Amino acid sequence: MKQGPGLRIYAIVYLVFLYAPILLLPMFAFNNSRVIAFPLSGFSTQWFVAMWEDEQLFRALRNSMIISSSTAIFATTLGIFAARATTRYRFPAKGGLIALIMLPLVLPEMIVAMSLLVVLLWIGIPLSIWTIILGHILLCTPFAVAILSSAFQSLDKSLEEAAYDLGEGPISTFRLIILPLVMPGIISSLLICFTISLDEFIVAYFLGGTDTPLSAYIYGQFRFPARVPAMLALGTILVMVSILLLSIAEYFRRRGLARTGAKDTGGFL
Amino acid sequence: MGKDGLLSRIRGSEAASGLALISPTAIYAVLLLAGPLTAVLLYSVLTDGPNRVEWDFSFANYVEVWSSPIYRSIMLRSLTVSFAVTVVTVLVAYPIAYFVSFHVSPSRKSIWLFLITIPFWTSYLIRVFLWKVILGYNGVFSSGLEFAGITSGPMSFMTDATSAMIVTLAHAYAPFAILPIFVALEKIDRSFLEAGQDLGETRLTTFFRVTLPLSMSGVIAAVLIVFIPTIGDYVTPDLIGGGKFPMIANMIEVQMLKLDNKALGSALAVSAMIIVAVVSLIFLALNRRFLGAAK
Amino acid sequence: MNVTLDKTRSDLARSDMIEFQDVHKYYGDYHALRGITATIKEGEFFSLLGPSGCGKTTLLRTIAGFEGISSGAVMIDGKNMARVPANARPTNMVFQSYAIFPHLSVEQNVGFGLRRDPRTSAQKTAAVAEALEMVGLKGFGGRAAHALSGGQRQRVALARALILKPKVLLLDEPLSALDKKMREQMQIELIRLQRQVGITFILVTHDQEEALVMSDRIAVMFEGEIAQLADPETLYRRPNSRKVADFIGTMNFLPARILSETGDVVEVEAQGFGAVTLTAEQCTASGNDSAGAMVGFRPETLTILFDGQTGTDRETMGVVTEVVYYGDMTYYDVRLDGTDMPMRLSMRNVFGRPVLDLGMRTRVAWAPGALVLFR
Repeated sequence: MKQGPGLRIYAIVYLVFLYAPILLLPMFAFNNSRVIAFPLSGFSTQWFVAMWEDEQLFRALRNSMIISSSTAIFATTLGIFAARATTRYRFPAKGGLIALIMLPLVLPEMIVAMSLLVVLLWIGIPLSIWTIILGHILLCTPFAVAILSSAFQSLDKSLEEAAYDLGEGPISTFRLIILPLVMPGIISSLLICFTISLDEFIVAYFLGGTDTPLSAYIYGQFRFPARVPAMLALGTILVMVSILLLSIAEYFRRRGLARTGAKDTGGFL
Repeated sequence: MGKDGLLSRIRGSEAASGLALISPTAIYAVLLLAGPLTAVLLYSVLTDGPNRVEWDFSFANYVEVWSSPIYRSIMLRSLTVSFAVTVVTVLVAYPIAYFVSFHVSPSRKSIWLFLITIPFWTSYLIRVFLWKVILGYNGVFSSGLEFAGITSGPMSFMTDATSAMIVTLAHAYAPFAILPIFVALEKIDRSFLEAGQDLGETRLTTFFRVTLPLSMSGVIAAVLIVFIPTIGDYVTPDLIGGGKFPMIANMIEVQMLKLDNKALGSALAVSAMIIVAVVSLIFLALNRRFLGAAK
Repeated sequence: MNVTLDKTRSDLARSDMIEFQDVHKYYGDYHALRGITATIKEGEFFSLLGPSGCGKTTLLRTIAGFEGISSGAVMIDGKNMARVPANARPTNMVFQSYAIFPHLSVEQNVGFGLRRDPRTSAQKTAAVAEALEMVGLKGFGGRAAHALSGGQRQRVALARALILKPKVLLLDEPLSALDKKMREQMQIELIRLQRQVGITFILVTHDQEEALVMSDRIAVMFEGEIAQLADPETLYRRPNSRKVADFIGTMNFLPARILSETGDVVEVEAQGFGAVTLTAEQCTASGNDSAGAMVGFRPETLTILFDGQTGTDRETMGVVTEVVYYGDMTYYDVRLDGTDMPMRLSMRNVFGRPVLDLGMRTRVAWAPGALVLFR
């Protein structure tokens, strides 16, 4: 294939377009002005200080930490069960069950959130961190299943048989052979689910009741122009954390591939 | 060749083990997804009472949703915006996917994909708000142009809220579109293309006659992956539209929560899902000849 | 290969290690194993040979316990294995992909099966070292498993299986992933190993040369059934059907007419050879129904007689239609007088002796005792 420079230029322009808004974050988070506009007014860390002194923010942060960690753990666990079941066994209604589990990926979040809300209100369950966690697990499990299915799939089936042949039972085989080899996938799943939950807004906003996680808190603050720069500071940190977690997840994904000798198909697909 | 699962050789039938293993996840999905969705379906044919929903079966809610001009125009707007977003996003995404698949060496492909998908994993809320900041009155764009001397006063790029929403959504859903197309392009056997060129085709005709048709399954997936969530988006109409140009999701919120018309809200939600499903099926039917060909 | 191996053994002292009693296996409607009945002796090097899909791997896995059977019985050392799971059987397997655990070292791989062994860790370490030395990987213990070559992985798989001192070692196409040189080397290694350890080896392969070289006895399988079970020489010289004859080596066929049959002797008229007297032992093979009776003979049983040579066997004339020179051998296609199709014939090249040209006429000697009648 001959390489024309046109396509490459297009790709780079596209990347710039993709990242431009995000690059604004640090630009104006360190800007010494209350107004988000050019020209820049000089370097200042006041917004980060303002953010740091915000007590409500820290409460929201604490909520988010609890929510995202719990979501990551539960969604990954559910993902392990489903991924193992679908890659190793045949059973009736397999296709239908998989479709149901993966359905949240193609439904608009609003519909998922509202349906859940309707039922929760009907039963009379009060809205709190725990209802958010319920919703987030629902949204994150498909991602966990996708990542873990790929990890389980790349396991050589004879490895398990070899372990049996050498005298192990199903549980010790899982512990000694399967788990270590899918561990990179598990870590990836934990990090991705954590990140998704951290950034998620709709469920966090509508199913939280009086408890506000970080994303809902930021949304509320956007109404006040004065608070905007501080929120941009927070946003900067959030984006950096997300990128960091994702890079780590990608690192583990690659390491997992190297260990089992599988090929890199590029990404979590 | 089928074989018994090892677990089942020791314990019992393969089907039983498989079902047992998937049960926690499946039960969770049934209880928290299938159940609530069914509840919404049920609600939509009930009636809204003063404080709670009355067990009064009727299709009155649907009649109201489909006949009211307000809801109609909102549905139409949602469809138009999603449609426009989908077209723009997929058209813009295809060359990128093509670039990474054909013009990037294999060892660097995952880096490119990683770079392309990172923005997607950061907070959607923040990204939408950033567009508001960029496009708004005396926002980044406006002040930047003024600072560069191109314009002479503050202006807003959001007066056409619909266009602003389209730009925002296209930006957010770009990676959704790139990835399926990329996967489909990767699957194309490169020797097909070389064979075509060997037989005298130019690169352009090779693209239109071989590459494009073979990648259609990815394009179709991209269309659906962008269209369906976009139509149900809440944040962009809320922040960019300023609440004055609601889409379906915002209407659902209004009915469900602000006005406590759960039954009507449910009918809205179900109607939206029906429309989405119908449009998707029509789209799939029109393109069915591409779905069978791809492996 | 120029290694001669002593294949004579006394059968009397050896007991049955594996016994298949009318074993059937179905995958849904698919009848994978159709009434397998056979015994494998203790200390034998036994091969299951056949084309892809014939059921040989399935049969091996029923011994290991990874496949169940639909009816019949699989006995190991006199015990019915019906309710015995794979991890409790006195067998160990070397898998086709070797199945070396990639996250463990060579040492940890080989010692994996010793996890539940009551010996002390010092004793276990010694056992691992001994096993590694036995397969020629002395000092490899510390290496990471994913950094090994194909041949090395196979040896690790062998060591890992043999360290547990099983009664039967099962090998699923162990050499198919290796290149030619490595394969020949490993064939000798495996034979040597089996002699050294003394246990029953059961090998699955689709390569008939491999089976002939390594095995004490071979079961040739087609479509879920054992077509013939015999030692290599019998299989080669006296195949019991055209299918077996075609699968093992190359065999020539000429149409034949049975003239008379009395007791131990069968009189046959074969195209190109004329009238031949065959013993009953040469006439037990079954042919294809549609083809009629044929006589079969291997390429090396025809000899080209050069000027001045006299053969003790019978003689005829033929025309050379093809010459394929292989260095140490030359293969000729010769169309014998009175026949339609050329016969394949192989001659060792002797220094100083000319190679025939296409179209030359030549005298051909053939051996009545080498013929097999298929009917």
